[in-house]
Amino acid sequence: MEPTPLLELRGASVRLGDELVLDGVDFRLLPGEIHSLMGENGAGKSTLVKAITGALPLAAGVMTVDGRPCVFRNPLQAQRAGVSSVYQEIDLLPNLSVAENICLGREPRRFGMVDWPAMREHARRALDTLGVSLDVMSQLGTHSLAVQQLVAIARAVSTDLRVLVLDEPTSSLDADECAELFRVVRQLKARGAAVLFVSHFLEQVYELCDRVTVLRDGRCVGEYLTRELLRIDLVQAMVGDRRVARRLAPVLRVAGPQEPPYLSARGLVATGVHGADVDLLPGEVLGVAGLLGSGRSELARAMTGIDPVRGGVLRVRGDEASFPGPRPAIRLGVVYSSENRRTEGIISELSVAENITLALQAERGVLRRLPEARKRELAASWVEALDIRPADLDRPAGTLSGGNQQKVLLARLLALAPRVLVLDEPTRGIDVGSKVEVQNLVRELADNGVAVMFISVELDEVLRVGNRVAILQSGRVLETLAAEDLTVDSLTALVTGADGIDG
Amino acid sequence: MTTLEPPVVARPTAGLSRLVDRHASALPTAAAVGILALLLVGAQVYFGNFLTPRNLSALLLDHAYLIILAVGMTLVILTGGIDLSVGSVLAFTGILGARMLASGLSPAVVVPVMILGGAAIGLMIGVLVQYFDVQPFIASLAGLFLARGLAFVVSLQSVKVQSSSILWLQSTRFGVGDWYITPTGIIAVVVLAAGAFTLAYTRFGRTVYAIGGDEQSARLMGLDVARTRVLVYVVSGACSGLGGLVLTAYSGAGYPRNGIGTELDVIAAVVIGGTLLSGGVGYVLGSLVGVLVYGTIKTIISFKGAEQSWTQITIGMLLLVFIVIQQVIVVRSARRR
Repeated sequence: MEPTPLLELRGASVRLGDELVLDGVDFRLLPGEIHSLMGENGAGKSTLVKAITGALPLAAGVMTVDGRPCVFRNPLQAQRAGVSSVYQEIDLLPNLSVAENICLGREPRRFGMVDWPAMREHARRALDTLGVSLDVMSQLGTHSLAVQQLVAIARAVSTDLRVLVLDEPTSSLDADECAELFRVVRQLKARGAAVLFVSHFLEQVYELCDRVTVLRDGRCVGEYLTRELLRIDLVQAMVGDRRVARRLAPVLRVAGPQEPPYLSARGLVATGVHGADVDLLPGEVLGVAGLLGSGRSELARAMTGIDPVRGGVLRVRGDEASFPGPRPAIRLGVVYSSENRRTEGIISELSVAENITLALQAERGVLRRLPEARKRELAASWVEALDIRPADLDRPAGTLSGGNQQKVLLARLLALAPRVLVLDEPTRGIDVGSKVEVQNLVRELADNGVAVMFISVELDEVLRVGNRVAILQSGRVLETLAAEDLTVDSLTALVTGADGIDG
Repeated sequence: MTTLEPPVVARPTAGLSRLVDRHASALPTAAAVGILALLLVGAQVYFGNFLTPRNLSALLLDHAYLIILAVGMTLVILTGGIDLSVGSVLAFTGILGARMLASGLSPAVVVPVMILGGAAIGLMIGVLVQYFDVQPFIASLAGLFLARGLAFVVSLQSVKVQSSSILWLQSTRFGVGDWYITPTGIIAVVVLAAGAFTLAYTRFGRTVYAIGGDEQSARLMGLDVARTRVLVYVVSGACSGLGGLVLTAYSGAGYPRNGIGTELDVIAAVVIGGTLLSGGVGYVLGSLVGVLVYGTIKTIISFKGAEQSWTQITIGMLLLVFIVIQQVIVVRSARRR
């Protein structure tokens, strides 16, 4: 017999405006389990999380906590009932001490004054239960994001925690930090709490979670035991029958062309890059794999004129070149797409059409304005070519899903007719379906003769997309191998090679 | 994913780095203390007779009202706001008080009215900021014009104060040897101590810091953001009212043109004292140091017999230096994350 769920939703519906974004979903969290919520972007994952944590009201349905019906009007009420959440953007105060971040709002007081010694003690105990040792009087902002996340969990734990929601907690952590987080999460599980772990990383879900609930189009597809669920079935459940066949078609690999490299770097030195050799060949995708801190983005930025090059040689078609900034690089057909889609890429307020034609307009200069009609025509052709949905040119780009924003960014770069495309984490934070689309798109571009550099933390993706894979360690290219000769396991071993773990 | 032994999360905290981790936010204030010491010692070496008990006592006496205003301003800036109304409120409450005293009202009535008058204008600004989502700059600018206008409504000319108990605040000198402190100085010190204590040891005080850190997070932690934010402006207004009382006692009269530009002096002092204009970091005692730096520069320049405009030039340059220092600290701590 199964234990009573700690938290249960029955027939839960949530309305945003006229749209029913969650439609009669049943969902439950058992004590002592780690539960994952999977689904494509727009499937209703974050809506469900918000409903549980009191950030959105239920339009219909009931929620019970410990068998008792509950309505949370705001996140604070949810916290008081033992339902806490830790978001990717941590809701803590970097300017205050760790102790205050754990205790504030229910800090111990004596005669109406904050009792600092008791607060320190309280915080230390909360961290202890997680097996984390930290100077509780240090300022939170002086710690890494990973540590801050643990502090956020400690804050949740220091109350009477029943349910902990972790929304994309690992997207900015490296492998060690993930391992530490997982250890803490397993400890919570051992203490009988229920953990809801929302992540785009299938691997992590399989490593950590006991049970998976899959959502699609605002409805619950099913609840599965992770160990009984094949990955392919999980993906199928997420994207639905109609699309899976096309999307998971193996990427066709054209035999590597033998043209000379369009862009090559020899002994490149820049911030975080210490003598890297890279060749980007037309018609080929070079996958770049490396740990956090191995200089992945730094290499990309140095090769595209974003960051200054301090040493080594860059050659374009065999001629020495230097990029004092991104503009000269663009003029030679070398373009870069940042990993920080939101802060360095998409301009949320501008329309899709504006976003797509932005770089082209900038390249032409203010005096040669693109005619409005030409702009729209251009944007429309890219929207169609890349299957950007919804296909509405006037929609503010910020309202699109992550995958579609990424496509808009790609379109912007492609409008420049680039010869070299450097993509830094183009699939981060987008759902499985869109990921495959972006991957296929990248392959198509290469097949049309563009040289692509494809950076990703997900090694299977690097292998799927790349013709060759450059393995990066401590700012150097350790080796460049043909993707056919590698497996995820052998690549993992290479990437995490003993001397590569830099401090 | 590889299974790893639980790594040690915290960086090994050796003495110095631990000190920095704990007190990173106190660095600008420490710098201000350094500058003050440098100024005082330098002036002593240059003039030979600068560091006298008389001189130092006068420093507190002359700037008591600024210290009081700075306490309120520190609270406001810590929440990430700004209060431009303090100079005008000072003038308004000052002239109002002088006028009421002249018409024969007892100081026991007048003093509370002055403080409450300031608090009322603060309340208006706070409500505008919190509930009508008006930028603090604009809301307090409205307060500035309103209070200045009201001051002129009360009187166009300066009004002398004859009340002995008000003048007592200024003329009485408790002292040992050449050291002395006036009741106005005591008021300033008490306000300062109350401010420092409130910020460090009450939930209200910690909420002030929390709002400056991240308002949304503060709300999620269950802190009463709305009440605190309004209250901060009320406190600043009340401080301005009290400052009006102290200045009126100091000059022996209320004058509707008092305190023009004082809000900027106060903001400068608070920033020099190490409070970040973006909020969340700073100390009331730092603001005291800021006021003292301001006062010392002024005294040095009058010792030198130079134009007082040099005070403004020096303050301007100091401010520049401090804002650069703060920016470096902010950038550095952002990079460490």
